[in-house]
Amino acid sequence: MPVTTIGGREVHVDAEGFLTDPAEWDEDLATALASAIGLELTERHREVLRFLRADFATQGETATTRRVQAVGGFPTRLQFELFPTKPAKKMAYVAGLPKPRGCV
Amino acid sequence: MSTPLVPRFDDDAATGRRLAIICSKGNLDMAYPGLVLANAALGEGVETHLFFTFWGFDMITKRRMGDLKFTPVGNTATHMPMGLTPLPGMTALATRQMRRTLAELDIPTVPEFLEQVVAAGGHLWACRLSADMNRLGAEDLHESVEGIISASDFIEMTEGAQLLFI
Repeated sequence: MPVTTIGGREVHVDAEGFLTDPAEWDEDLATALASAIGLELTERHREVLRFLRADFATQGETATTRRVQAVGGFPTRLQFELFPTKPAKKMAYVAGLPKPRGCV
Repeated sequence: MSTPLVPRFDDDAATGRRLAIICSKGNLDMAYPGLVLANAALGEGVETHLFFTFWGFDMITKRRMGDLKFTPVGNTATHMPMGLTPLPGMTALATRQMRRTLAELDIPTVPEFLEQVVAAGGHLWACRLSADMNRLGAEDLHESVEGIISASDFIEMTEGAQLLFI
């Protein structure tokens, strides 16, 4: 498993760069992960990330955009505004989680 | 220090990839493939246009879209004895079961799914001939339908796009 340095910290990632150990994540790392993909986190971003983390902890898989909307209460449009173009993957990446595997 | 390993989201590539989906079926089971694929494409940053034509027009017709049905009649993939499939009540039963299965997987209903596709940036277009055949106007259609257009308009608008016919 590759190790890479993000925000001055060594983390384990898969071949694409997604974190493989959710325990290595914290909110400071999120700032660094976001900046690595050109995003600057606002409090609104962080609320979405906290939902993703909490949902992953109970469900064992990353929420899809549909779930982030239906269960988390963050509208689809907002997700596309905060994490443009590819919200599902970007949210997962910044939250230190695997890509969602659900179709919808 | 080596470059950190970061996923390539290809934001700057501006690939210009576009997808055109022609929805021509009005059965519950045939409504979903187009919606699922549209949603997936939009989530990957692909500009997506859906054209609703013939029976697919039901998917965007207000008084029909919440009431699409699934029938096992003539559908060998249900693996039921075909002689039983036309029995009274079978379509209602199969429809109910399919709706339940979809709901359990948290798949939205057709009207909700249309909302989601639009919220993700998808474009909905209604077929002019289908509107004329059904004597329906814009007021009868889902409010996010951007226009009632001819087949030629749609083909022109989606020049260079990848195309799915469902």
